[in-house]
Amino acid sequence: MWNYEKKLQYPVRVSTCNPRLAKFLIEQYGGADGELAAALRYLNQRYSIPDKVIGLLTDIGTEEFAHLEMIATMVYKLTKDATPEQMKEAGLGAHYATHDKALFYHNAAGVPWTASYIQAKGDPIADLYEDIAAEEKARATYQWIINMSDDPDLNDGLKFLREREIIHSQRFREAVEILKEERDKQIYF
Amino acid sequence: MFTQVKYWNPYIGPFDPCPPMRVKSYQTPPNLYIGFQPPNMEQYSPRQALHCGTLWPAFYSPYPSDGREEE
Repeated sequence: MWNYEKKLQYPVRVSTCNPRLAKFLIEQYGGADGELAAALRYLNQRYSIPDKVIGLLTDIGTEEFAHLEMIATMVYKLTKDATPEQMKEAGLGAHYATHDKALFYHNAAGVPWTASYIQAKGDPIADLYEDIAAEEKARATYQWIINMSDDPDLNDGLKFLREREIIHSQRFREAVEILKEERDKQIYF
Repeated sequence: MFTQVKYWNPYIGPFDPCPPMRVKSYQTPPNLYIGFQPPNMEQYSPRQALHCGTLWPAFYSPYPSDGREEE
């Protein structure tokens, strides 16, 4: 089970009204390498992976939900006071027609989230390598979004999230090293 | 020396419905340990290499690898 603390993992500040950025940021909400995909991928892989790395997947999967909440807050702040005209100008006309200001799990191009973005191969090495790749892809996505954003307050939050991707990748690499160790070796003849 | 299979003991619950599998295994093939391939590694004969799928014994990963495999 989970306990919920009604606060963000890191404060989210948005200084300029810029709905266009929300269109790009939604990639980290409902995109292939976004926070939703990350959380669901890790929490689902826990059941069939060796005991020694289950806790890591629980912790990181949980943190991804905290990141999802931060992204949601950013997108919400960027769009909540935009007029329909501003939404249209920001390239969010199609989104407005379908969802009004509601958030939805789709990527920057409007493609809805699908479970085929994630995998559970059952092979611990394959699954952890997918996790490492996902973290690096999410880090790259944050970089491209930061490159397009001129909002220093928003970028502060994005830089925090980018750094977390680096740490998660490091932890998954350490998990691979744990699984490569020779402990618990049992020989059958 | 590394092994290409690792074994672990999954948690066995007191109320599991099926007879427990006490030992499970996963593969750790040799490429995980070698990094950038060093030069001048020992090679198989061409015929053996074709059979194994690689020129180099160090990368050969028999499967299933239950200890009874040919080398």
